[in-house]
Amino acid sequence: MKKKNGQLLQGNEAVVEGALYAGCSFYAGYPITPSTEIAEVLSIKLPERGGTFIQMEDEIASIGACLGASLAGAKSMTATSGPGFSLMQELIGYGVISEIPMVLVNVMRFGPSTGLPTSPSQGDVMQARWGTHGDHPIIVLTADSVPETFEMTVKAFNFSEKYRIPVILLLDEVVGHMREKIVLPAEGEVKVVDRLKPEMPPEWYAPYADTNTGVPPMAAFGDGYRHHVTGLVHDAQGFPTAKPEEVISGMDRLFSKISRGFSEVCLTEELYCEDAKTIILSYGSAARSARDAVETLRADGEKVGLLKLKTLWPFPKAALEKYANSVETIIVAEMNRGQIYREVWRVARGRWQVGKALAPYGNMLTPEMILDVARKVTK
Amino acid sequence: MYKEIRLAGSGGQGLITAGVILAEAAIAGGHEAVQTQSYGPEARGGASRADVIISDEDILYPKARKFDIFLALTQEAYDKFRADLAPGGLLIIDGDLVDPAGDLDAKSVHITATVRKNFGDRMPPNVMALGVLQGLMPLVSERKLLETIKGRVPPKTVDKNVKAFKLGVKLGKALIDQPAAPSNEADL
Amino acid sequence: MTTPNRIILDKYLRHNKKFPHIWCPGCGIGIVLAALLRAIDRTGWTKDEIVLVSGIGCSSRAPVYVDFNTLHTAHGRALPFATGIKAARPPLKVIVFTGDGDCAAIGGNHLIHACRRNIDVTTVVVNNYIYGMTGGQQSPTTPEGMKATTATRGVIDQPFHIAELAASAGATFAARSTTYHAKELESFILKALEHKGFSLVEAISQAPVCFGRRNGMGDPVEMVKREKELAIPISKTADMTFEEKRDKIVTGIIEEREAKEWTDLYAGVKKTAGEE
Repeated sequence: MKKKNGQLLQGNEAVVEGALYAGCSFYAGYPITPSTEIAEVLSIKLPERGGTFIQMEDEIASIGACLGASLAGAKSMTATSGPGFSLMQELIGYGVISEIPMVLVNVMRFGPSTGLPTSPSQGDVMQARWGTHGDHPIIVLTADSVPETFEMTVKAFNFSEKYRIPVILLLDEVVGHMREKIVLPAEGEVKVVDRLKPEMPPEWYAPYADTNTGVPPMAAFGDGYRHHVTGLVHDAQGFPTAKPEEVISGMDRLFSKISRGFSEVCLTEELYCEDAKTIILSYGSAARSARDAVETLRADGEKVGLLKLKTLWPFPKAALEKYANSVETIIVAEMNRGQIYREVWRVARGRWQVGKALAPYGNMLTPEMILDVARKVTK
Repeated sequence: MYKEIRLAGSGGQGLITAGVILAEAAIAGGHEAVQTQSYGPEARGGASRADVIISDEDILYPKARKFDIFLALTQEAYDKFRADLAPGGLLIIDGDLVDPAGDLDAKSVHITATVRKNFGDRMPPNVMALGVLQGLMPLVSERKLLETIKGRVPPKTVDKNVKAFKLGVKLGKALIDQPAAPSNEADL
Repeated sequence: MTTPNRIILDKYLRHNKKFPHIWCPGCGIGIVLAALLRAIDRTGWTKDEIVLVSGIGCSSRAPVYVDFNTLHTAHGRALPFATGIKAARPPLKVIVFTGDGDCAAIGGNHLIHACRRNIDVTTVVVNNYIYGMTGGQQSPTTPEGMKATTATRGVIDQPFHIAELAASAGATFAARSTTYHAKELESFILKALEHKGFSLVEAISQAPVCFGRRNGMGDPVEMVKREKELAIPISKTADMTFEEKRDKIVTGIIEEREAKEWTDLYAGVKKTAGEE
C-alpha cells in the first residue's frame, strides 16, 4: 500500500522491499540476530509472489543453496550476521570464481565470535573484503538509512547481475533495526538489471568467454546450454585448467570486469567538500553522526565537509583523490578500530593527515565523539 | 518540532511496539520520525528500551540523548536514564513499579495496575502508556495514533487496545493540572 | 536388446573435454559412474533437464566428464547447491555424485537435512572408505582397525553406515550395492532416480592405490572379489546381530517409502500464499 507521507519501515524490512523490487525470487537463510527479520518477512512475501524461501541447516548451506538457485536462473539472496558471515566465506570465493550473481546481506554485530549480540559494530569491513581465501575482486555496499538501504539493496542485485559476482550488502545493527520514513518507488521508477543471457546456438556457448565488457552471458541450468561450473580455475568452457596462459587470462578477466566498472560501482556522497580543509569520511550509521557533526562545525564557521561511502569495496579512491590538493585532514569516523582508516591512510600517501574517530566497544558513534576529534584538528 | 522520547522498561512490556506506533503515527501526520531500540538477548524480562525522535527536519543521530519525554516502567530504567531527561522534560513513571524517591518532576500513573484491573494479566501496558503520553502531551493527532494502533496490535486485541489507549488518555489528562506526585501517591 | 555399455557411455561422455580422467588404475568410481549413466539412459530423461552436482574429492570429479548441466561445488556442499537448484527450478532432475568423505564427514550435516526435507534429489555416494584425492586419510566410513595415512596404527573411530544413516534421517529411498554388483547397482540407481523424494544409493567401491594397498587387500580384482565375498543381501540379515554384520556389506534396498516431497509441499505453500 502506498502512503502519501511515506511509511515507517525497518532497515531489515527495506532490504526485503529492495530485494523484491529488484526481482529476488529465492532466499535461503539461517536465523541470526540482528538480521533475522529479513528471513521472517521474506518467508511470508516470497511465496506470495511465486518465489521460494527455504530455511537451511546452517549458513554454509544457505549460501550454497543461493548459488545453486542462481545457477538455475533465480535472483537469490541470503542474510546473516558476523558468525554466520564467517561461515559463508568459502562459498563467497566459489561465487566469485564461478561468476555466480547473488546478494549476501551481513547486518554486522560486535565480534569476534558471539561478541555482543545486537550491539552495533562495523567490524566486518575487512572481512567482507578479504574473508574468502585467495586474491579476488568483490563488491561491498553499505547504507546509512532506511531509504538508502532500499536503494543499495536494488543496486546490490543490479551489480551482481551485471558483473556476475556475489555482492555483499554490509549493514550495521543500527541501520538494520532502525525504523524510519521511506517512500517506496513505483515499479519502473528505479532501474533493475537482469543478467545477460546467451543468444548464440548452444554449441557456440562458452560460459566463461571474454566479451567486450569482460562479463560473459550466463545461461541457467535447464535452458539448453549445457555447461560445466567449477570452483577450479577453468578455461572459457568452464573446464578445469592449469595452463598458464588460460589461468592468466581467466583470472585477469575476473578482476578487469570489475575494474572497468569502477566509475559505476564506487558510490559516494559529498557534502561541503569543495572548500573543506577537513573532511570527515564515514559510512553506515556512523555517517549519520558524521553529518550531524559536520553541520555543527559548519554552523561554527569551520571549513569541514562530509564524504560518505556507499560503496566500501572496491574502495572509492577517486572520490578522495579529487580533494588531494585542497584537503588538509581526513578524519575517518567508523565503529571499529580503524579498518577504513588504514585504507584512507594508504591512499593518502602523505598528501593529507589522517585522523580517526572510532567507536570500538559496541556503542554507536555519537556526533560528540566526532566533534571532539574534529575540533582538535580545526582549531 | 523536535522531540526525543525514550520508553524504557523490561522485555514483554511492549515498549518497542509502542515506539513503533508512535513513530508510525508521526509519519502519518507528516513528520519525520526515527525509532531505534536496544534490548538484551532475552525476549522477556531483560532490560528493553525504545527511542523515538519526531522532527520536522532530517533526523541524523537516531538515538535519544536528552529526552523531552521519558517513560520509565521499571526502577532499573528510571535509575539508569533519569539523568538524561532534558531540563523541563516530561517524566512519566509507573507509580507501582518505580519509586522516584521524591523526584518532583515525576508524573506517576498506575499504568500496569490499571491495565491488569481492566484487561487482565496478559495485556501489556504499552498502549495505555501511549494514551497517558497523549493525554499529557499530544505529539501527533489522536486519530492517527488510534489508526496506527489498530494496524500494529494483534487483530484480536484491537478493541481492548483502543479501550486501553482511551483510558490512558483520561489518566494523562487528569494529571495535567496536578502537581507532580511524590512516590507515596499510591498510598493516598 | 539392451544397448551395449560402450554405446551408452559414448552417448553421455563429454567429447569436448579432453581425457584422461584423474582416477587411478583399477579405481571403482568409473564403474559407479557407468552404472549411473546406464540408469539415466533408462529413464528417458534429456541431457538438458539433468543437473549433476558434486562436491570435492575423487568421485566429485565425475561431472566434468559427462554431458549434462554439471556443477562441481566446494567440499561437502553438493547437497546445499543441489537443494537450491531443485527448490528454484523443480522440473530439473537433480543428481548428486559424491564420496564418503564429501558426503558423510564435511557434508554430513547437509546430508541429514536433505534427507529430513525429503527434497526430490538423488544422491549417489561412492563409498571407498578413504580420502583418495589427498592420498589415503581416514574417512568417516573407514572400518575400525583399517589403516590410513592419518591412522597408521589402525582406525579407532566407529564408521558411519551411510545408507542406514540416510534412512533414519528421513530419506524415503536408501539402498546399497557394490562395484562387483554393477547391474544391481544400476537397478538401485534407476529406482532412486524414479523415486519421488530424497533418495540415496551407496556404492561400495574399491580404492586400490589409496586404501587396498595399505591394508593388504591385493590388486583391484581381488578387492572387487572381496566385495562379493563380504556382501550379504539385507533379506538374510534379519537375525544377525550388529557384531555379526560388522564386517559384512549389507546390500539391498534399506528404505523405500512414500512421503510428501519438499517441492510439492512448497508449491502448496505458494498456492496458499498467492490466494491470501
